[in-house]
Amino acid sequence: MTSLTGDRPSHRAGAGPEIRRAAPGKGRPGVGWAVPGLLFFGLFALLPMAGVVYLSLTSWNGITAPQFTGWHNWSRFLGDHQMVQSTLVTGVLLVGNIAVQAPISILLGVWSAGRQRNRAVLSAIFFLPLLLSTAATAVMWRQLLDPNFGLPSKMSWLFLGDQNMLGTQAGAIVCLIAVTSWQFIPFHTLLYQGAARNVPATLYQAAELDGAGRVRQFWSITLPQLRNTVVTSTTFMVVGGLTAFDVVLLLTNGGPGTDTAILPFQMYQTAFVTYDYGYASAVATFLLLLATGASLLLVRLTGYHKMNSTLEGL
Amino acid sequence: MRTRRPYNQRPNYFSGVATLVWLLIIGVPLYALISAALQTQSSYAQEGPLSLPTHLTFSNVTSVIQSGFVGYIGNTILVSAASVALVLAMCVPISYAVVRGTGWITRGVFRIFLLGLAIPAQAVIIPLFLIINQLGLYDTLWGVILPTAAFSMPVSVLVISGGMREISGELYEAMALDGASPRKVLMDMVVPLSRSSIATAGVFAALQAWNGFLFPLIMTQSDSTKLTTLGLYNFVSTYSDDVPALLAAVLMSAVPILVVYLFARRALVAGLMGAGGK
Repeated sequence: MTSLTGDRPSHRAGAGPEIRRAAPGKGRPGVGWAVPGLLFFGLFALLPMAGVVYLSLTSWNGITAPQFTGWHNWSRFLGDHQMVQSTLVTGVLLVGNIAVQAPISILLGVWSAGRQRNRAVLSAIFFLPLLLSTAATAVMWRQLLDPNFGLPSKMSWLFLGDQNMLGTQAGAIVCLIAVTSWQFIPFHTLLYQGAARNVPATLYQAAELDGAGRVRQFWSITLPQLRNTVVTSTTFMVVGGLTAFDVVLLLTNGGPGTDTAILPFQMYQTAFVTYDYGYASAVATFLLLLATGASLLLVRLTGYHKMNSTLEGL
Repeated sequence: MRTRRPYNQRPNYFSGVATLVWLLIIGVPLYALISAALQTQSSYAQEGPLSLPTHLTFSNVTSVIQSGFVGYIGNTILVSAASVALVLAMCVPISYAVVRGTGWITRGVFRIFLLGLAIPAQAVIIPLFLIINQLGLYDTLWGVILPTAAFSMPVSVLVISGGMREISGELYEAMALDGASPRKVLMDMVVPLSRSSIATAGVFAALQAWNGFLFPLIMTQSDSTKLTTLGLYNFVSTYSDDVPALLAAVLMSAVPILVVYLFARRALVAGLMGAGGK
């Protein structure tokens, strides 16, 4: 690896300290250091990205060679009512998940950043859902939400008498958001906890002197200081939400009917159940556009690409 | 780092009530899970998930073990370990080049991974399936490990390069004056000083592999390459009328990571916390 820059000095003891000035670029890694990882990432992420765009312009059953069909899949996609519905459901789930998870995680994260003993103990308990995989969480909740043997049969007061939560579209969407939140809020809480602990104490001391109360301090100090974490956490939620297919498959299987068949679920069904890879690739490309658009928007909105530090000006 | 928020003197009733509610939301389902997994099928049908289990039984656990579930857990541990090793082996040098390298190419590398953050694995699964097939890796654990590692790379590069950026330029200057090669600088200074962000990337990659569902679902089919998540998926139909056994499998799937949590809670929590950046 050293040969990549190859300017190792041949004698180091001879020269005096004044003239030993490191040349710019000396001892710096060349771009070659990134090449193995880039090739790997290119093969398993970037090449497939180009591939899916190409496949979206073909008709392919997975056995014979793909047939180029131009915009056929795309015009079919635009006229497909099921896909319109899937896009809407995907959007509703995405927004619902962010609306539920972000405020709860921020509050819990800031709360658990305090170093009181009881907070540490409770935080250790609040972490537990993270030990279960998404699949395990979904399987567990599917049983716990069972109308005959699960929680609704014992706690009907909580479920407003509607025991079969997964039987209606609204109920199923609520369940999907609740289960996803139950599993991922602990993760986002940790992100906010870490960030809240990095907020300089001097800011709070100054606010205290100015007589700012707890709520005022939260809005004027804590929240602005957490802005980079809000971006990171929301990006995780958006990308995770656009790909939350395991929860749907295991909890509702897209049902009732196709009421919760979000885009990734439709894509999976089209590709690996009905073997219509061309059309599935069009759906996948749309998903890719949505995810890229959303994350570019987030990055632009916040200037994250400049890697600004919240500590500037202190 | 060790700063302490000044305590307000008034007790915070809102946070007291809210955390109690949250404790119930987290605790009740977990209690139901454990209690159901240790009940017999008939007692679960009669008493429901919230009862105090009167007849504790481990028959569910035994029946899950006999179904080969432990092998799935072993496969998952293998996949997680391999993908963490791969991710770190590639992302540490990449981040080093991104942070210390010069020129537009290295800046471009960082942008590629920043963009890569937004690629959902879902969206590229069809061509990926084709590539894995072409490489002859279908239905092998490598068919799961390689894409899993690739999709953990963007976050890892972001986290590790974030950590390496914190190292002051003077330290690099001093090493360069001593005539240290980039490799020596990396091994002797950069890696030790950014080990907490490297640990974060490792924990994150492990969790991704542990949670992975899509890649195992598409890339494997036989019992010998089955992972925990997929095993649970299949159990839903196998044990459709034996809820306690199914929930015992859910509980067992969490045992390895629970062991990690019990013995290395600080490292695990600190690792995850770092994923939020500064």
